[in-house]
Parts: sequence; C-alpha cells; structure tokens
Amino acid sequence: MSAVFDKKIHQTLADANLQLAIYTATGRLKDKRTESVAADALPDYQELRTQANALKKHAIENLDYYLEEFERNVEAHGGKVVYCKDSTEVSDFVLGLAKERGVSLIVKSKSMTSEEVDLNERLEHHGLEAVETDLGEYILQLGRERPYHIVAPALHKTRFDVAAIFEKELHVAYETVPEKLSQIARGVLRQKFLDAGIGITGANFLVADSGAVVLVENEGNARLTTTAPRIHIAIAGIEKVIPRAQDLAVFLKLLARSATGQALSVYTSFLSGPRRASEIDGPDEFYVVLLDNGRTKLLPSRAKRQSLYCIRCAACLNTCPVYRKIGGHSFPWVYSGPIGAIITPQFMGVSYEPALPFASSLCGACAEVCPVKIDIPQVLLDLRSDVKKAETREKKNRLEKLSYRMFAWMMTHPRVYAWAGWIARHGPVLNIGPVRAWTSQRDLPPIPRQSFRDIWSRR
Amino acid sequence: MSREHILHRIRTAIGRSAGQPPGVAPPVRIRVPSDDATLSVAARVSARVSTMLARVEALAGKTYSAATPDDARAFIAAAIAGKTAVASNAPFLAECGISNLPGVRTGIADREQLRECCSTVDIGITSADYALADTGTLVMLSSPREARLISLLPPAHIAVVPRERILSGLDELFSILPKAAELTSSMVLITGPSRTADIEQILVRGVHGPGEITVVAVG
Repeated sequence: MSAVFDKKIHQTLADANLQLAIYTATGRLKDKRTESVAADALPDYQELRTQANALKKHAIENLDYYLEEFERNVEAHGGKVVYCKDSTEVSDFVLGLAKERGVSLIVKSKSMTSEEVDLNERLEHHGLEAVETDLGEYILQLGRERPYHIVAPALHKTRFDVAAIFEKELHVAYETVPEKLSQIARGVLRQKFLDAGIGITGANFLVADSGAVVLVENEGNARLTTTAPRIHIAIAGIEKVIPRAQDLAVFLKLLARSATGQALSVYTSFLSGPRRASEIDGPDEFYVVLLDNGRTKLLPSRAKRQSLYCIRCAACLNTCPVYRKIGGHSFPWVYSGPIGAIITPQFMGVSYEPALPFASSLCGACAEVCPVKIDIPQVLLDLRSDVKKAETREKKNRLEKLSYRMFAWMMTHPRVYAWAGWIARHGPVLNIGPVRAWTSQRDLPPIPRQSFRDIWSRR
Repeated sequence: MSREHILHRIRTAIGRSAGQPPGVAPPVRIRVPSDDATLSVAARVSARVSTMLARVEALAGKTYSAATPDDARAFIAAAIAGKTAVASNAPFLAECGISNLPGVRTGIADREQLRECCSTVDIGITSADYALADTGTLVMLSSPREARLISLLPPAHIAVVPRERILSGLDELFSILPKAAELTSSMVLITGPSRTADIEQILVRGVHGPGEITVVAVG
C-alpha cells in the first residue's frame, strides 16, 4: 500500500464529521434506491438488469460497428465526431476550436470523463475560463477539489463549508441556507450560460441508430449548457454507445432509480446534431468527442471488459462498506468506490496503486446493486492476481539482476573468486535459505575438495 | 489520425474486422402496458390523466384538469395575472386562446429575441408533444412550434397538454417514436421542477431550470 493511500484512509477515518456526512448521504441514497427498485415499485427490475447487461455486452463486443454507425448518424444530422486517444488530444481539440471561434468562456455540465482528462486545468492553463455549472461541481471548482462521489460530488461539504467558499470566492455575504446558496449560484451561473461561446458536457449514452447524445440530470444545467452557447461539445468514453434509441426504455428505468431513487431524473435530453434549419434555438455546431484514454486496454480480456458496461449510477459506492468508511478522496483517481477500484488499475496500470483491488472485503454488495450486473468482486479477484503477478515478476527481476551483478563482480576479481570458492568448499553455503530452496528442487554437482587453482599453484 | 488508430485497437482487441456486420443484438424490450379492457375509451383516458396529474403533484408540481380550452384559458389567465409570460408557438396554445392573453408574448422566431425575452419574463408557457402518465413527465420536441428555452429560462413553467397526448410511459413513447432524432435535434423529458440536493442532501428546487412547474391537462 502506498503511503498516500494509507494516510488518506486514516485521515478520513479519524474525521468524525466526515464519517457522519458520508454515512448519512450514502445511506439516504442507498435507501432511496432500495425503495425504488422494490418489487412493488418496479416489478420487472431483475429482467431489466439482465437485458441491460445483454445490451452492454453486445455493444462492447461489436464496439467498432456501433461507433461507426453512431458517427454516420451524427454526421447525417450535421454534427461532427472527433476521435481522441488521450487527454492531450481532447484539450488540443477544444483549444483549437475555441481559438478558431474566438471563444474565451466555456460552460461545463458535470462529466466524469472530463475530470478524467483534467480538462479544466488544461483549458485554464491556456487562458480560457471553464466554469462548472452543476451546483456540486461548481462548489468544488471554487474550492479547488475533486469530486467526492460520482453522483453527489460535494457530498463531503457542509452548508458552512459552502458558505465560506462562496464568501471567499464570490465575495458575497456569508449565507448558510441551502436555498439561498443555490440562488447565489443560479445568479452567477445564469450570466455565464448566456455569455459562454462553448458548452461542454459528457454523455450518459450515445445512441448509434440515432446519432444522439443522451444526458440525464436534475438541475437543468446540462440543458442550458447545450442550448445557450453556439457550440456544444459532448465528451464521451467510447464505451457509452448503445445500439438503439429503444434500448433507452431499459436503461433510463434503471439509471435514475439506481443513482438517486427517482423514477426518471428531472431532465433527460436526447440531442442529435446542431439545431435544424427551422428550429428557433439550440447550438449552431455540435461535436462529439469519442475518447479512448485507456479504454481499449480493457477490451482484450473477456472477463475484465465488463468493467466498461458501467453507467456511472454510483449505487455500488453507496452500498459499499469500504467506501462508506474511507470516502471518495482516499481513492487514488477520479473514480471512487468499487467501480473505481476496478477501473483505476485497468486504466492507469496495476502499479498505480497496487493496494486498491485489495481494499475490499469481497462482500459482493456492489454486484448485487449494479444495474448492468458487472461482477465487480470477480474483476477485483482477477486484478489481485494481476497485481501479484506483476509483483512477483518485479521481485524476481530485482533478485536476478542483483545476482548477476554479484557474479560479474566476483568473476572480475580473482581474489574474491578464490575466497568465494573457499567458502563454497568449507562453509555451510548449502544451508543458506535461498540456496537451500534452490537446491531442494535441483541437484548440484558435488563441490570438489580442491579447486583447480589450488592444484595448479601447488604443481 | 486517431480515428483509425482507435478503431484498429478496438477491432484487434475484440477480434473483429473492418466492415464486419455486428452479431445478433438482443431483441428490443418494449412493454406497453395494456389498458384495462373493461373500461370505455373515455374512462381509460381519464385514468391516465389522473395518474399523470398525481405523479406531477408527487414531484411538487401543480396541476389542473381543464374540461374545455376555455377553462384552460381561464386557469392560465388567473395564474399569470400581474406577471409577465412568454408562450411558445404551439398551435394548441393559440387554439385555447392562451397566446393572446394580456401580458403574454408569443410568436418569437428569432433566437436572440427569444433569449432576451425568456431571461426577463416570470413564466414560460408551452404545450407538450407527449406526456408520460406513470412518471409525470412532459416530452418536448424542439421545433418552430416549441423552442427549447421557454421551458428552461423563466423561473416557472406551465405546460398545457391535450389529454389524448398523455401516454402510459416510456415504453409507449419509444414504440411511437423509435427515432426522435429524425424529427428534431432535441427531445427533452421533463419530470418535475429543476432540483438539486448537492448541499447536505437537502432538496432545493429551481437551481437552474424552473423551480415551479404546472401541468394543465385539457379535454
């Protein structure tokens, strides 16, 4: 376990206020989910999960086909698809477009994918203002923090924290009533929406047969982001594609219920292309960035590629006994909880935080609540095995390198060689741990009583 | 180009070749609940209307069931009294006589004008292309008749919906409209007022979109 991981866990455990905040918030979300998928509320819940899993499996197994179909349909509606390998390509694309169109202010609606590529930092570095508009994300951006939770990003902040952040960063009076805080944010952000030249969103789904980006939200900030500015850019992982719009009848019933216990989120937008000729409002330009950023590394393993089925509902975080104690910021990358524990090592490499797949009791609660039936405990086991293999390989390499270096040193120093020979003949070398372990499986020719050099010198 | 690079990596990893047709997709799963066959058509429609309105109320929305277009007009007139409003170009609003109520601006076809107007008025009035009874949802397709911003920028939204446009739910919507993208650049499902619970999980309405929503079923 890395020292940072260890330290963050202990800090979180020692902070009683934080413990209470995590426990209450995740508990509430967990209970709401349980109610909303209960047999009387959603009788065909299990059937829907099975169908969602089958659809995701099919989409991933034919990923290239559906991406190309999606691309064709986006273009047929006047939009443009841009494939990006990594974070540099995404920021280069956004920066290039902003420069070409003379845009200096960008509004953003909550997107884990853009967190993944550190887009805001990169844009700011080049002198652009990129403003998060989801209330939770806005609070965190002002406080310069990462999201604590996939669905409730500012879960760890109290109203007093928010009051202090707003007072300091927005120069408003100290105000702790959540309604009033929301109104302050609404006022500031409303102007940003109207002034911004580009709106950036993520995507909950990409619909291949329609060329549509689907966005699910409660606040209305994603609608504003995709309606007010003249340019809309959606940044989506390549795994977000689903075959047909009709499949949303399955996914939409699962997503909001699993995330917040709502039957549907307040706003579900299906966006395909810029506004059509006769439409009154909407963006003039529509781009979809299809991002790899490590996702293709997950595809070769049939067992592990199911990690890409995730629809980011965060039900696994709320139910996880580990997340509910160690919280979101203990996790080494942007994705936390059980889903973070399986995708982080696969995106970033197992050595990024080797202890991560082990930070689980394998209780299986995450798999039980996953709306697309990802077998998270199984993937954790596979990753544990990967970590161990990598460790053994590394240890073996280190030992091997060391012994060859010693051998070379011995062979180039005659006195050392003579001394080593003497030890081998007279000392209990064969009883030293590693040597004994080695000889327990192999026969070593008996060591002669006299060395050739001895015989030669006495000749 | 990264396009070729990424598609190549995908194909190599999943064992497919370029242009290869996809495997057989799982069949579409759409389950439109059948209405109670013992009821008359009128009774079925009223059952939907009452489910719809009950769901909207459960989401803290206001509702009104108007028997006639005139009834709807009178309700809206009372609701907007002393306030300013913008109405969409939906023919149904004109049919009900809502578009020409005093204090209502309508007929805007220019984006800048619309944006200006929606930023200042108290209420946005629209119709809806469909509504979903079992979730209390309005379905709005962007068109010359319905702009996106009217249901978004003003602090209150009133939707006036003919009862026969109320569907049972998502499944029926997707069976009627398998590809909304062919008709519009934007279809939005609106389920209750704009809300957030980002500060201490405390529910706050009207953070970016309208904090008040009123659904008027007509007919």
